[in-house]
Amino acid sequence: MLIEAGHFALALALGLSVVQFLVPIWGARTNDATLMSVGPPAAIGVFALILFSFGVLSFAYATSDFSLANVVANSHSQKPFVYKLTGVWGNHEGSMLLWILILALFGALVAVARNAVPPKLRANTIAMQGLVTIAFLLFLLITSNPFERISPAPFEGQDLNPFLQDPGLAIHPPLLYIGYVGFSITFAFAMAALIEGKIDAVWARAVRPWTLTAWGFLTLGIAMGSYWAYYELGWGGWWFWDPVENASLMPWLAGTALIHSTVVMEKRDALKVWTILLAILTFSLSLLGTFLVRSGVLTSVHAFAVDPDRGLFILGILVFFIGGSLALFAWRAPMLKQGGIFAPVSREGALVLNNLFISTACATVFIGTLYPLALESLTGAKISVGAPFFNATFLPIAVPLLLLLPFGQVIAWKRGDVAGITSRLYVAAGLAILATVAVYAVTLGGPALAPLGIGLGVFLVLGAFNEVATRAWQSGSGGVALAAKRALGLPRSTWGTVLAHAGMGVTVVGVAATAWSVERIVSMNPGDVQTIAGYEARLEGVFPRTLHNYNEDVARFTLLDDGREVAQLETMKRIYPARGMSTTEAGLETFGFSQVYISFGEIQPDGSLGVRLYYKPWILLIWIGSVIMALGAALALTDRRYRVGAPVRAKGGPRGSGSSTRRPAATSAVPAE
Amino acid sequence: MRTRTNVLARLGGTARACVVASALALVALAGPAAALGPDEILDDPALEERAREVSKGLRCLVCQNQSIDDSDAPLARDLRTLVRERIEAGDTNDEVVSFVVDRYGDFVLLRPPLNAYTIVLWVAPTLVLIAGAAGLVLTLRRRRRIAAGAPTAAGLSAEEEAALARILERERT
Repeated sequence: MLIEAGHFALALALGLSVVQFLVPIWGARTNDATLMSVGPPAAIGVFALILFSFGVLSFAYATSDFSLANVVANSHSQKPFVYKLTGVWGNHEGSMLLWILILALFGALVAVARNAVPPKLRANTIAMQGLVTIAFLLFLLITSNPFERISPAPFEGQDLNPFLQDPGLAIHPPLLYIGYVGFSITFAFAMAALIEGKIDAVWARAVRPWTLTAWGFLTLGIAMGSYWAYYELGWGGWWFWDPVENASLMPWLAGTALIHSTVVMEKRDALKVWTILLAILTFSLSLLGTFLVRSGVLTSVHAFAVDPDRGLFILGILVFFIGGSLALFAWRAPMLKQGGIFAPVSREGALVLNNLFISTACATVFIGTLYPLALESLTGAKISVGAPFFNATFLPIAVPLLLLLPFGQVIAWKRGDVAGITSRLYVAAGLAILATVAVYAVTLGGPALAPLGIGLGVFLVLGAFNEVATRAWQSGSGGVALAAKRALGLPRSTWGTVLAHAGMGVTVVGVAATAWSVERIVSMNPGDVQTIAGYEARLEGVFPRTLHNYNEDVARFTLLDDGREVAQLETMKRIYPARGMSTTEAGLETFGFSQVYISFGEIQPDGSLGVRLYYKPWILLIWIGSVIMALGAALALTDRRYRVGAPVRAKGGPRGSGSSTRRPAATSAVPAE
Repeated sequence: MRTRTNVLARLGGTARACVVASALALVALAGPAAALGPDEILDDPALEERAREVSKGLRCLVCQNQSIDDSDAPLARDLRTLVRERIEAGDTNDEVVSFVVDRYGDFVLLRPPLNAYTIVLWVAPTLVLIAGAAGLVLTLRRRRRIAAGAPTAAGLSAEEEAALARILERERT
């Protein structure tokens, strides 16, 4: 009965989201405050219903209710409890339900958020979010019902794909989805602006917290997925330019561009049309990612036809929203009033350049990912576009962008001067060059380009903090104490920028350092010792073990440093009988930011064990940098401008560079809820 | 609520599991890590180095976007062995690659060759950058020309500006 209630809740949510779409948008059109006020409670109601539905599915998984086809296909009574719960979204239907849950969550958050958003903008935004919810609820109910029963109910489930039975599944998809789906709100705001035909700094300020939230979570989600692949796949790779990864990278790139263009819009009232277009494109890329992953088109163009209902349905959603929004954009954008002008050498100019490069990078990933699909369906020719292509095309765009980044941070708004820029940056640039030379000297004979990568990372980190330093010291006198006080007194959004850019630098250092990683592929017998980057690994033995829903062979290693034992490592090969699949679990030991990585290979013909040993210097910096970037977004989010109920006044802008909002924002226009 | 009895059969496929995994974990394309193993490695480090270089650009045909070194598929292993055989037989790296391409087609190359089919792919990033830059320059120029025509901070037209001045004048007197 509960299961049916969960299913019914989805149907109710569909009905209520139709209300959430139609009533507020009509209210905004007819200027009827009562109708507009229907939006928030409807959005909250939709969220509550979907949450209930999600709870019911989770309950079915937790209690291993094998009368549900979805539970049968993806769970097992012996599975560890935490994987029973995370298994809820370890399959198509459940993950779409999670997608919709987050969609509704964002709708509800806009409904309850008390920051100053003009009532019409809010009503239209909630309505557009309702429209997206309608589309995906229809998709779920028609093609992907998670509550489908099965008769007769089997005694045992078929287990979850073993690769997904990992803590990563608990963290990675929710983070990624909050990021992906979070951009739906930015999209809804953009649509609302187009419908109203009005866009200004108030809009930028209303949107920015949502963009920052989505971007921060997407950053974490991608980083988490990358780390998961790194430790699960057994050869220590962390990014593969796989279409699924690209599908998450594209919205991230577009979202990064969007964050920067909204800054220009908020501070200088410029780049309006472009920002709207970016908001549309970012969510469109999220939808595209969902389509690529969910339709099966990636596995093969032909897999698309295996389950045509789903693929075609999502394609329909894709065409409707992307086509519809672009059509609305083409119709309405020319009516939007253009904003302030600026000199080419200015903060605005730098941010425009940033957008040009990021958009090109995003387009490159887009073309590289979709070209083989398009080519095959048009001509039948099959080609592969893999890592070598992306390294050859993406890096030449990314590297100049990163090199220019610290310059962008020191240019003044409206009109900057080249002399001032260089005078503010020479210390950071000098130290970065020094770091490059030092690394090159120390690792003489090693990789030639990697020291430049390290230098670039150092430049980014120093360049990021340079802004704080110059602003704290700028008045000259006062000593260290006053400078520190001034630095701490800088707005949190400034600190957020600093952290995000520094995090990028840290990641770049980590990526560059992979050039020095050491790999050894050997066969070992118990008692054998192999050296890897100054450590000795001794194989103690291989023994079988049975746990939960798998059997595993465990290879135990002792790690020695100069004959002194520093760690015990286990690497496993697991067999999951329910699916007849096997996985390997790498043994990892962390030393500072570096890791020793041991992976179980095949038992060799002579009975010895094939082992892959790696030393990955500074590898953790890749993900630590990503976490720092996300922290930057979080910090910027707590800036007083965005804080709940913070007054929106022209004087609120933290930089002394003039008015941050052109017209007095509609402070008194917060709708009473 | 519909009930379906054949649902087990429908959901059991591994291809499906693969798609789900790729959706969520970004890992589906990988098998267990019995990739390149110690028994395959060539004794001569220089030749082995070359084998790795060649392998990096060759795709495991039954996997997705995975080089043959990283794949545990038997076909990938066969290809690795083939590459090493050709290298030991004295082929240059390019000869090994064309040997493999002759048999498996361009699909095996992770870096697509430049030809009529891929010319668009290869020039697209540069074209996008150039087009974007050109569009930018044109827009900025047009904007400044417009701005020069109506150079007031508030963005008022000359007519509105004059009207404003008149009103302010009246207020003052």
